[in-house]
Amino acid sequence: MKAWLAQHGKALSWALRRLGVAPVNTLLSLLAIGIALALPAGGQMLLGNALQFARSAGNDNASPQISLFLALEADRKSADAIAARLRNLPNVKEVRFVSREEALKRMQAGEGLAEVIAALPMNPFPDAFVVRPRDESPAATERMREEISRWAKVEHVQLDSAWVRRLDAMLRLGRIGVTLLTLLLGLGLVAITFTTIRLQILSQRAEIEVSRLLGAAESFIRRPFYYFGTLQGLAGGAVAWLIVMGITGLLSGPVAEVAQLYNTSVALTPLANLDALLLLLLAGGLGWLGAALSLGQHNQNSD
Amino acid sequence: MIRFEHVSRRYPPGIDALAGVSFSVGSGEMVLLGGHSGAGKTTLLKLLAAIERPTSGTVLVNGQNVGALKRAAIPYLRRKLGLVFQDQKLLFDRNAFENVMLPLAIAGFAPKEAAKRVRAALDKVGLLAREKALPIALSGGEQQRLAIARAVVGRPGILLADEPTAHLDPETAKDVAAIFHDFHQVGVTILIATYDDGLFAAGASQRLMLNHGKL
Repeated sequence: MKAWLAQHGKALSWALRRLGVAPVNTLLSLLAIGIALALPAGGQMLLGNALQFARSAGNDNASPQISLFLALEADRKSADAIAARLRNLPNVKEVRFVSREEALKRMQAGEGLAEVIAALPMNPFPDAFVVRPRDESPAATERMREEISRWAKVEHVQLDSAWVRRLDAMLRLGRIGVTLLTLLLGLGLVAITFTTIRLQILSQRAEIEVSRLLGAAESFIRRPFYYFGTLQGLAGGAVAWLIVMGITGLLSGPVAEVAQLYNTSVALTPLANLDALLLLLLAGGLGWLGAALSLGQHNQNSD
Repeated sequence: MIRFEHVSRRYPPGIDALAGVSFSVGSGEMVLLGGHSGAGKTTLLKLLAAIERPTSGTVLVNGQNVGALKRAAIPYLRRKLGLVFQDQKLLFDRNAFENVMLPLAIAGFAPKEAAKRVRAALDKVGLLAREKALPIALSGGEQQRLAIARAVVGRPGILLADEPTAHLDPETAKDVAAIFHDFHQVGVTILIATYDDGLFAAGASQRLMLNHGKL
């Protein structure tokens, strides 16, 4: 057990020494890995923030609503007729009537608007309905919006949650993009490790040959290279994390400014601890994989 | 301890380095392996350490069929052998101490015990004072002695040496031969490929002469 630990310790210290022997090479490799990983990690971070923003900006219940504004000249009788017609639609779950008086009262309660509204010669608000559809799919709600907007006395029909849905769809697209990016750049990381390990193996050729002749088992020969690849991956992951943190720091000021202008309080949340841990594990694992591939290739050539 | 039974080794395109070689070496024997350059001496030693495998025939070391060993078992065979190579195969980026340490590190010795053994082996070949020296700073004779120290540090039962006195002046060659005699005295089985029969003749129990791969 002690000997086993000592061998692992030796392999680890060898790998650290090899990383330190050529600091410029190591630094460049780490930068390449770091940047390659920072792109998907940063994308993940921005996506997470966009998602949060969409949730806080959208309705608390994300289900779509259709707002229906009648023409100003429409009287209460035609409003009742439209209400009845709405209730008869198969896809309607709930209909709420908002009379023009109620709308006016609500607006007057809003800060700063009371004087403006008092100055108006007449009530500028139309009667309105808020409709909740049964089928919430974008196609169904859109069809319904179109149908209703053709009715007489209906001035304007608005799908309230349309932009939230659009954003949601875009985020889904973004997530696919980030996943693809992660796959591609992960492959890049494996390639980088493959090459650096290959160079290490070539530079250690004499030692590997002599070690084999003196009775070194394959695991003894491979161990330091596994450590090298894993360490390089981990360090590259740490570089990626630093890059993402740096970008978050740089962006948080401007984001707060924008948020203030829009009167919302949205702050940029940095990469979650779990995500950071995942990033490091992924980087280390891919480094190990690169080393394994390189060693496999070397073994095939040396036979 | 060592047995060759009708061993042949053929290299493409049909060159027989060894052809139908049979002999046996008992425990504690010192055997000289002679013959012209290209007679098959090095090939014979390589077969013993499973660096190469016989084309036909059986090579037995301690009753183990070396030619049929699985790849994963070869390292454990080699740890029981001490090998002195024709080209020494020292690591030039490591000092004398570290070179001799290598086999013990490979075998997984505890560092303290290993350091003691390394110093004992260096002392045996008269290099204890030079343990910090890189091989490049050592003379040809010293390099050869360093290679011997590395071969014996694991206290192998069998020592195989390929031309250990080639390229050495007569005086230095005598020193190196004396080291082999010392190991023979303490019961190590030794197989030496050499042109220099005279140097080792004193303790040798057998002389195998190879001629174009045949005994």
